[in-house]
Amino acid sequence: MLDDYFRQYALIAIFAAVAVAIPVGMLIASWVLSVLRIRPYAPDSVKKAIYECGFETLSGRWSQFNFRFYSFALIFVVFDVEVVFLFPWAAGFGLLSAQFGAFVLIEMAVFVAILVVGWLYAWRKGSLEWS
Amino acid sequence: MSYEIHAAGILDFGSIYAFIDSLLPEGLDWLAFTVGGFVLSFIVINALVMSTAVYTWFERRTLGRFQNRLGPNRWGPFGVLQPIADLVKLITKEDTTPDDADRWVMTLAPVVLLVPTLLVVAVVPFGQDSFLGRLNIGILFVLGVTSVNTIAIFMAGWGSANKYAMLGAMRGVAMLVSYEVPMALGVVGVVLLSGSLALFDIVEAQPIPFLLVQPLGFLIFVAAASAEMSRTPFDQIEAESELGSGYNTEYSGIKFALLFLAEFMAPLINSMIIVVLFLGGTRGFSPVPGQIWFILKTFAVVFALLWVRATWPRLRVDQIMGFAWKGLFALSLVNIFAIAIEVVIFQDETGAITAGQMWIMAAINWAITIAAVVVTARTLGQRKLERRRASPSPLANMYAEAD
Repeated sequence: MLDDYFRQYALIAIFAAVAVAIPVGMLIASWVLSVLRIRPYAPDSVKKAIYECGFETLSGRWSQFNFRFYSFALIFVVFDVEVVFLFPWAAGFGLLSAQFGAFVLIEMAVFVAILVVGWLYAWRKGSLEWS
Repeated sequence: MSYEIHAAGILDFGSIYAFIDSLLPEGLDWLAFTVGGFVLSFIVINALVMSTAVYTWFERRTLGRFQNRLGPNRWGPFGVLQPIADLVKLITKEDTTPDDADRWVMTLAPVVLLVPTLLVVAVVPFGQDSFLGRLNIGILFVLGVTSVNTIAIFMAGWGSANKYAMLGAMRGVAMLVSYEVPMALGVVGVVLLSGSLALFDIVEAQPIPFLLVQPLGFLIFVAAASAEMSRTPFDQIEAESELGSGYNTEYSGIKFALLFLAEFMAPLINSMIIVVLFLGGTRGFSPVPGQIWFILKTFAVVFALLWVRATWPRLRVDQIMGFAWKGLFALSLVNIFAIAIEVVIFQDETGAITAGQMWIMAAINWAITIAAVVVTARTLGQRKLERRRASPSPLANMYAEAD
């Protein structure tokens, strides 16, 4: 019964349903406590203002952000795609290299070498620097 | 006395399906499966939440000892009942939401943070017969699901409409995505040796723990995992001294409890993954069942992570990003190709590697690890490879003139 392929994914779905139900249930329980007046609910304008170190609120979330967040996101996308290609290669590596020898290794070495050139370029250009 | 996987366990998950099936009439196999799945999921999640509650006590108590103070000791013997007191306080506390906040996004963020953390457990093999989903892509599932917490943290920061929360969330996203790459690359070495993405195959492929065979991969994975759960050496998300409290600044009541439940659950879950990948999972010595070995190893890793947290100070944001992209990325490529070359050299015609050959690989890899770590530390210590130098701050000139 446990070895059926699709039942494993059905189990994950059941687990996900329970995993969603428990935190949502806790939120609902908290709301019920507030309705039953066990949990206090007494909002006022100061309490519902945004936290600002004891001052009145100066500015909200629409502040300017440094460009470096964007460049790090770009670098992340490049190297995360590399990871996507590395996983199937790694999973099949033992069997493939037993059959084809070091060719399997050299192929991936060429692919990674191209990316490493880009990585060194980004380093030299200062894109990996935070400040 | 051999280091092996035990078939016998304390709780065989398959017997629960069989028990429910025996209660139902014939032909309702699928119903027994579904009900059994719900029962098991409920048991596992509750066990996990309870052990997280115990873990919060353990962490505070142990940190107290590390810092030469007592820690929580009022409620119950040695303060064991402290988590219950915390929960009662948090659930009865007023739950405020700022007027400007994006109410739905802010409310759903704790759920989005907690659910992926829990979902990882669905594929962890606790024992030979005690696992929920026996996925053949287990480790990809783990890496994919854990990366959702980036979205949850950004939702929390955006939803609370607070600039400290937003800044913490932005820095958190930058750090989490940066450490996702070395985390996945650290796993590639394990996959190369075991030849499978399934977690139970990875356990079977460890006649000696991969911690000994590829220490570099272990170091990379532990560093990246502790960054992913934003523990102290890599804590940029909360950064109490800089950001108020980071993404959870505006949270209170049960939503705050859920955020911290997810945050305290992360060390437990990551320790389980580290045990499966690098410490041989349920493998152990004969009379003690595999599940006990799994728990003992998880506890050892949890304590080691706690020790790291208590010992090291928090790094600066530029040091953290530099360490991910310059240090860990290069180290993980070294690790992958060292393992790949060794696999090509040592394997026989069928692709199998014996335990004796793994010991030789271990000796080579320890030498490579020490050399690579020393070289990386030297390279990151000096700044010759960068063309642009950071200009000195105006304050430095001011002090120079004052002299």
